[in-house]
Amino acid sequence: MMLDFERPILELEQRIGELRNLAGESRELQAEIARLEDALDGAKRRIFSNLTPYQRVQIARHPERPNFRSYRDALADDFYELAGDRLHGDDTAVRGGFAQIFGHDVVLVGHDKGADVESRVAGNFGMAHPEGCRKVNRLYELAGKFGLPLVLLVDTPGAFAGRQAEERGQAWAISADLMALAKVPVPVVSFIIGEGGSGGALAMCVADHVGMLENSYLSVIAPEACASIIFRDPSRAAEAAAALKLTASDLKGHGVADEIVPEPLGGAHRSPEKTIERVGESLERVLESFAGKNSETLLRNRHDRYRSIGAHAEAWRI
Amino acid sequence: MDGVFTKCDSCNQPIYEKDLRARFNVCPNCEHHYPLPATDRIRLLSDSGTFRERDYGLVTDDPLKFEGYGERLAKAKKKSGLNDAVMSGTCEVGGHHIALAALDFRFIGGSMGSVVGEKVARTIELGLSEELPLVIVSASGGARMFEGIYSLMQMAKTSVVLSRFMDGGKPYISVLTDPTFGGVTASFATSADIIIAEPGARIGFAGARVIEQTTKESLPEGFQTSEFQKEHGMVDRIVHRLALKGDLERVLGFLS
Ligand SMILES: [Zn+2]
Repeated sequence: MMLDFERPILELEQRIGELRNLAGESRELQAEIARLEDALDGAKRRIFSNLTPYQRVQIARHPERPNFRSYRDALADDFYELAGDRLHGDDTAVRGGFAQIFGHDVVLVGHDKGADVESRVAGNFGMAHPEGCRKVNRLYELAGKFGLPLVLLVDTPGAFAGRQAEERGQAWAISADLMALAKVPVPVVSFIIGEGGSGGALAMCVADHVGMLENSYLSVIAPEACASIIFRDPSRAAEAAAALKLTASDLKGHGVADEIVPEPLGGAHRSPEKTIERVGESLERVLESFAGKNSETLLRNRHDRYRSIGAHAEAWRI
Repeated sequence: MDGVFTKCDSCNQPIYEKDLRARFNVCPNCEHHYPLPATDRIRLLSDSGTFRERDYGLVTDDPLKFEGYGERLAKAKKKSGLNDAVMSGTCEVGGHHIALAALDFRFIGGSMGSVVGEKVARTIELGLSEELPLVIVSASGGARMFEGIYSLMQMAKTSVVLSRFMDGGKPYISVLTDPTFGGVTASFATSADIIIAEPGARIGFAGARVIEQTTKESLPEGFQTSEFQKEHGMVDRIVHRLALKGDLERVLGFLS
């Protein structure tokens, strides 16, 4: 899949590919290829150093972007998956279990956007039902009970909005996850690897360390929905994305994210291995830094961090 | 609903404005519960003269300088006489001293931004430090979109504070009124010891219209009403507004 603003890049790549097939020993064509490669590099730099917030949202949603499965396969040794909420069913929009990451035993949880049409549909595109949220809650409890750090990979458009989700208490399930994260006495490391859609994302994102990939986002509402509600015009999604301040650098500025992991030029979907490697490096460093941390200190710091986020003032001071 | 007479949206019958007011916005004809301003909610629940308001002067900083938010705030302040969508403080209910917060739907749909999050958090903390039972009455369309990430993070803020309260041994009673949705339902409003809902209130995560648009599902009659939520095991009791004070007194009697 090609995003609109990637067109110049893909066209150059295609042209280079064609010439490569024809070039053989021709010096002239080799020179042309070299020239086009310079142009390609320039185009990538030009486009990717000036991404708008909405373009970043589109990159975050790219179907070829590395998702939970890619990280799990590359970073987790011996992933021991656990299933079910013990109440209703198993929701594969989220997956989790025990894993070894860089020698640390952890509980790894992530939204699973799937690998192909079938698994994407089966996992509801990473949009959890209440049973998914409750499975995650079980995993939080297990992590706390057995002293295993939580590694949470966030990549969801949001918790699912549907009839059955409401019948089974979607709001109740999300609230319970937030409450569980507030008190789980182990290090919580969240990484937003793609989409951070509202409450469904937050239910995996109250953490001691929040990392974000450069083109991931976290937002209270999808820009399209915000545009239709606030601007009464869904076509103003790009403006809404800018107004919502949902990019990694905005969120780092507002103290919501601790770290931004840069994506290779061209975006994570164009260089999955390199991206995963960078996230892995960060995870290794963060897990190392939390090793042996006293749980009371963790909980106090986590509390203080979220307690202090707000933009209020006493009227008489303004 | 201005003027002497008004027509009830629910039963279409003409009703006297003053009858509606005297019954705390419950239709005398069909018992439909209209949203109730926070000031009236506090008058309804607290023993006369016992409410001590806190943090009245908290206002939002408009952290994202969001287009149009300033005007919306000015309008809402004028309409409600409040600085934001919640009133909070302490009062007595049947002689039980409690910490109380009541959201106000008139103020940008009772949406939760920094001020609602902060005042709810302070009310919870007051309950914890003074060892008071906590009652929060919700009425909210959800997150205050104009505050973007700050709005989302109020869910985290109220949860980390509430988590401490819930370990403290005092009861938290959540009252859900029409409508309660989104970030409020998905945070402090549902992680309570006891959940009471007013009759016919719409309560849920996503609004019915959003669900219909995105899933094309047809929704059953009474979807997301208090009665629906009780049938699905999500709320403890449905209590008529005019019986709510007495009901709170009873449950507080058991728990304190
Ligand atoms: Zn009526």
